[in-house]
Amino acid sequence: MPFDVNSGFLYLVTGMIIVFVIAQSLFFMGKAVKRAKHLGISRQTIRSTILSSGLFSLVPAVSILLGVISLSQFIGLPLPWLRLSVIGAVTYELPAAATAAATMGVDVTRNVRLITDPKIFTNIAWVMTLGILSGLVLILFGLKKIQNGMHSITGKDKRWGDILMDALFLGMISAFVGMLFSQIRTGLPGFIPIVVALCSAALMAICGILIKKCKWAWLEQYALPLCMLGAMALSIPITGWMS
Amino acid sequence: MSLKKAVPFSEYESSVHVYGRIWMALALLLMIAAPVAMCVYFDAWPDGVYLLKGLLGVAPMFWTVGIIEVLTYAPMLGTSGTYLAFVTGNLTNLKVPCALNAMEAAKIKPGTEEGEAISTIAVASSSIVTTLVIALGVLGLNFLQPVLESPTLKPAFDNILPALFGALGAVFVSKNLKLAVAPLVFMVVLFLLVPGLSKSVGILVPVGALIAIGVARILYKKGLLGGKDEKAAHADA
Repeated sequence: MPFDVNSGFLYLVTGMIIVFVIAQSLFFMGKAVKRAKHLGISRQTIRSTILSSGLFSLVPAVSILLGVISLSQFIGLPLPWLRLSVIGAVTYELPAAATAAATMGVDVTRNVRLITDPKIFTNIAWVMTLGILSGLVLILFGLKKIQNGMHSITGKDKRWGDILMDALFLGMISAFVGMLFSQIRTGLPGFIPIVVALCSAALMAICGILIKKCKWAWLEQYALPLCMLGAMALSIPITGWMS
Repeated sequence: MSLKKAVPFSEYESSVHVYGRIWMALALLLMIAAPVAMCVYFDAWPDGVYLLKGLLGVAPMFWTVGIIEVLTYAPMLGTSGTYLAFVTGNLTNLKVPCALNAMEAAKIKPGTEEGEAISTIAVASSSIVTTLVIALGVLGLNFLQPVLESPTLKPAFDNILPALFGALGAVFVSKNLKLAVAPLVFMVVLFLLVPGLSKSVGILVPVGALIAIGVARILYKKGLLGGKDEKAAHADA
């Protein structure tokens, strides 16, 4: 078959896997909703979790789409569409594709053009696939043991279990908050991420006041996506002033 | 912190592992079938040496990150949430914050059966919306690309992570100030000293978690976080 990075066959393969992912999501959603009802969680809470999680995902999804667009400039649309809809994230897929291409003498960072050699393309597809499978393999064979280990660590001390979980969250949040400070040596523009984060935190504080003082309970589910969008909108004038 | 005897799984949790593993095995098969199908269709198999070279360039780093992510995020997401989130990807920038926010908003504690149900609903909803947005975006790319890549909107997309972690941090740090101080100070100082680490922030997540857990254990044992050991600490004093 003549090779084309945007061939119909590649769209077909991608489409099949995307249907699988949606089917899996619907299956797990059905099971979880049933379980939530069994545990006495209200229909209202379930409904607002579905809605607010969907709303929250809109903006990051558009950012993932931007990743698809940037990768499509050298490996076409279907492969990055597949990779970024399943398992991957652009922080992994871009370096994986660039490294795989570089081993065959193609520098996609300097010379951005569509791959025309099918062997380079399949090499990229394999490296992108195999380079990220460790997590899936570990979950397939080891998640039960990991969860058992967690049960053992927290044991019957429920309070310590709660604190342990909070500590895990804070570990993740502190790593990303710390990262915002990595550019401040570059001068004023390096402070932009910090100012945007502070704006987002301030918006969240306002939401907190509205929820508690004005009894806007409905806002609780939507505060995070609204704060994110607000801070992203504010980042446009902030970048203008600080650049 | 000694490991106690393993706690047996509930019937429900065992059933989650059964169907979770089936879906995960199918997902793995499909992932590998995709490049096989491409090679067969185009009759173009990669040269083993180049494939190995490419893998050596990314696998040591990303296999490690993959394992670290499972160990860090599985307790947060719960069993079924983990089986689903790791197949659909984009964990740090989307699925994990989404699940945390859902549990926080529903006032349900993570690590509980209720937390697992809410976390899974959030991850599933997020996965469906993300997959559909990307699909619609790809189909309507000619129309969308100029808008998405416009210089006006660029700062907004460049600042998704600060916008996300600013708001999320405000909620969790204000709730757990005592636990948050040590990992936050450590990470800020670390990134100020070694800015290049921002490219491997994924590896630093468990480092932050270990610092937070260590500090939490000390504070808990001293009775400074409330709970079971508080009385004992006061009695010692």
